[in-house]
Amino acid sequence: MTEAGNVIIIGAGHNGLACAAYLAKAGKRVTVLEAAAQVGGAAVTREFSPGFKVSACAHLSYMLDARIASELDLARHGLASARDNLKTVALQLAGEHLVLNGGKLEGGRVSDADRTALATHHATMLKFARVLGKQNNRVPPRLMGGGRSDAIGAALLGLDIRRLGRDDMREFMRIAGINIYDIVEESFESPALKAALAFDAVLGTNLSPRSNNSMLTLLHRLSGIASGTTGGTSLPAGGMGAVSEAFARAATAAGVTIRLSSPVKNITLNGDRVSGVALESGEALAADVVVSNADPKRTLFGLLGARHLETGFVHRVRHFRTRGLAAKLHLALDSLPDFSRLPAALAGERLVIAPDLVYLEHAFDAAKYGENSPRPALEISIPTVYDRTLAPAGKHVLSAVVQYAPYAESASTDAARAQLLENTLNVLAEYAPEIRGKIVASQLLLPADLEREFRLTGGHWHHGELALDQFLMLRPVPGAAQYAMPVTGLYLCGAGAHPGGGVMGCAGKNAAQAVIKAGRA
Amino acid sequence: MPDKNYDAIVVGAGHNGLTNATYLARSGLKVLLLEKNSWIGGAAVSREIEKGWTYSNCSYVCSLLRPEIFRDLELARHGLQVVPYGGGVTITSKGDILGSYADHELKRREFARHNAHDGDAYDRYSTEVMRQCKFIRPLLLRTPPDPTSLRPRDIRELIFLSKEFKKLGEQVIYDTIRFYSMSIADYLGEFFESDLIKATLSGSGIIGTAMGPYSPGTAYVLLHHYMGDVDGSIGSWGFARGGMGAVSKALGNAFKSFGGEIVTDADVTQVLVRGNRVTGVACANGNEYRAKVVVSNLDPKRTFTRLFDPKDLKPEFVKRAKNFKIRGSSGKLNIALDGLPEFPALGNDNPLRFGDLHFLESLSQVERAYDDWKNGTWSKEPYLDLLIPSMTDPTMTPAGKHWMSVFVQYVPSTIQGRAWTDEDRNAWKNTVLDQIARYSPNFKSLIRHVEVRTPDVIENETGLTDGNIFQGDLSLDQMLFNRPFPGYAQYRGPTKGFYMCGSGTHPGGGVMAAPGANAAREILHDLRRPNLVPEGWHDD
Repeated sequence: MTEAGNVIIIGAGHNGLACAAYLAKAGKRVTVLEAAAQVGGAAVTREFSPGFKVSACAHLSYMLDARIASELDLARHGLASARDNLKTVALQLAGEHLVLNGGKLEGGRVSDADRTALATHHATMLKFARVLGKQNNRVPPRLMGGGRSDAIGAALLGLDIRRLGRDDMREFMRIAGINIYDIVEESFESPALKAALAFDAVLGTNLSPRSNNSMLTLLHRLSGIASGTTGGTSLPAGGMGAVSEAFARAATAAGVTIRLSSPVKNITLNGDRVSGVALESGEALAADVVVSNADPKRTLFGLLGARHLETGFVHRVRHFRTRGLAAKLHLALDSLPDFSRLPAALAGERLVIAPDLVYLEHAFDAAKYGENSPRPALEISIPTVYDRTLAPAGKHVLSAVVQYAPYAESASTDAARAQLLENTLNVLAEYAPEIRGKIVASQLLLPADLEREFRLTGGHWHHGELALDQFLMLRPVPGAAQYAMPVTGLYLCGAGAHPGGGVMGCAGKNAAQAVIKAGRA
Repeated sequence: MPDKNYDAIVVGAGHNGLTNATYLARSGLKVLLLEKNSWIGGAAVSREIEKGWTYSNCSYVCSLLRPEIFRDLELARHGLQVVPYGGGVTITSKGDILGSYADHELKRREFARHNAHDGDAYDRYSTEVMRQCKFIRPLLLRTPPDPTSLRPRDIRELIFLSKEFKKLGEQVIYDTIRFYSMSIADYLGEFFESDLIKATLSGSGIIGTAMGPYSPGTAYVLLHHYMGDVDGSIGSWGFARGGMGAVSKALGNAFKSFGGEIVTDADVTQVLVRGNRVTGVACANGNEYRAKVVVSNLDPKRTFTRLFDPKDLKPEFVKRAKNFKIRGSSGKLNIALDGLPEFPALGNDNPLRFGDLHFLESLSQVERAYDDWKNGTWSKEPYLDLLIPSMTDPTMTPAGKHWMSVFVQYVPSTIQGRAWTDEDRNAWKNTVLDQIARYSPNFKSLIRHVEVRTPDVIENETGLTDGNIFQGDLSLDQMLFNRPFPGYAQYRGPTKGFYMCGSGTHPGGGVMAAPGANAAREILHDLRRPNLVPEGWHDD
């Protein structure tokens, strides 16, 4: 590939845009092709009812990489925050809500021992999450058969763990592969606190608190904040779509061409290497390098075609686990909902309904057998408390992640959707008794809907389960974890690649670096 | 009784305590083995509860016992004979069967009969599982390295480990990492389509484990049922002639042949410590024994929460011991039968009757059985591993009579936090008997005696906390250099002269004798005596 070679990026998700911007800055001619009429992929702001707008998939920003934000100058390109450092309020039926501000507990009836334990727990988790955070900005090393950079990468990973010091290193190796349930059980007394902490470990995953691997998902979730995301958990002004738009402006400023409403039909080959793409419209575009922001299955099976791949590899990709487990609820409300005994000042924080560990387990149990949770757990945000651009004056929007809603045929029918909406409203009404009367409009997106709307295979917002066996050099599958796919010239740059889901931008940047490095070789 | 002095005292005559004591005695040390019961063997015992019938009351089949130790200690000469049995069978409620033949080709054809694709998948599956077995087998008789240490020995072991890893090749390294962290359901899903085949194979991932087949981490547990062998046939299982007590008896004979002394009915209540150094042990009956080396065969939780005065340990260490995961999830019925029960789905000539019987339909059935456990009660539709050992070993019952061993998964150690009552035990027993009777119409009429062993009963007899058969959960936080606790995986306790040798240490549960042997190696090393414990394995 020459320095001036064409690069096509399929999908204008935030990672596709980040990748485009970095490649353009390195002198590539980059075209981004987006199927939808707006940029952003799963980080978009949409009007779901006249006058009411919401972050339609991802709804909080807590992982955006600070270095990428500054390198691409996202602030200059319009990214602003409506509210930073959101607290987490774990709602309790009895009204003694827990207010978690990092390792500090501000409300609730919790023992001093628990408060102390929480500070320790939080500090430890951040320390361990920082180890993962350091990997977020690196291409995962091959463990064997790679080159010098792989050996260096592996050594750096080992060194990051060693630098924890003996005791922390031991603790890290003890807990990294296990479950949040055992960790909170050995450290805390309060059932409400245990559940509030466990909820973060299972959010967006096919896991319950008792499932091994849930510590890893928690550390992954914290890796952004631990390694210095500015603003902690925050609400971007204008919703998550504003993040994507800032990425798009940064890319455009770097010289990238973005074409909307241009769905790609397939990736074209010349012999055994990529030659470009064909659009649904019939148009063909030539490129030496095609980078896909789509998920791995859609990229390799839908756009490339399994027939171009070796069978063992196809087998691996087919078993990349992509079953989504979370639904998304949007409510248009004619006034702010009253959560019992929740001070109005806290209504805009991150509200969590997961009262105890058994509640979470039972919510998960239904999903194991392909049923939606009778009593789901919820992560709720009412962004309009801090961002008046999203709803008409005096009105509000409630956005909630509803868990668990399995990607299964039986749970994806219209009747199942209506039932889950009912289940969710029932739970909400227990905490905010008058909420039903305030609803102007509602929308519930099941994983099957997310799959259709956002072209996410399985409706999984991380493009694929985050678990030890689909992490680092195993993501998405062994042999393709360094962004380059087995077909020359084809790369992956989305959440299906390392470091996985969350609006970080790291996968896009790392992929860009892999493309640049391959071009130099 | 006057105080007596020994070179080493081993607390608990389970198979690992026996193995450990034997190696120490063989090295010329004066060794005392103390056992609280009036018999030896721990959970590897043969006992006559109903007159004329001998049960393997706890563990009931043999495969994991390290062949190096079997040979090295001449257990055959000391009376141990392991008789292999052929495979097993799953019977569905509709009367369909899935045979698990010991012969690979037969099994492949049987799988293909159920699902053409799965027949081919079985070839791949067995190759991959065998590869994992071969990877782990050489690690069983080695002391885990401490990855935080820079001592030459630990570095040497880490290099050994990474060399073993490299031998696998790049792709298999990745497969191995995945294997150790996946759920058995996901793992099997990468090979098989048939729910019945997956359900049948999932059993090896959940037996003795407080996790369901959908829980990540269960794929690895599979190895604890596959990595053994009978006479070099890896993955085979056999009966110890005379019951599992024969293993303990042979080890006891070996121990005595080296001059070892066993005292039964000696319930050790305290490890005596002076200035961070052990000096001996004290028993419930007031007897005290002195030694500079004390080895515990008890599980780590019991060892450090019951045998030690808390002031002799650091508070963080006590906390770690209290938090050691050792959850009871299984129980057992031992049943004396007046004749051979009939299983119409099998017919009376089917050789599969000699093996493990399961009554299963689907993976979700097994997962639901786990859900019951999670909710604090026993499985309404439990996973059973049922065998009739007397068909293979007629020495255990009167002529023409039989006994049946029924392993039951899942059974909690308490019922929603409260203790088991006799009514609970009776109800649980009936749940299990009813399931069997659905597949064998004449079964109930043959029952002569039923020994009911819930986790609390197992704990009372063997001392295994919560009746956990592996002496501690087999999850990544309690494996290799994390077993039982990070920093204490090399068999040494926090007090000088104190060691651990039970299945709560590496490589974990099963009648393997590896932890006992590994601990002996470390003790001999500390005493500056030549190592007598085999390490390498050259037959694989």
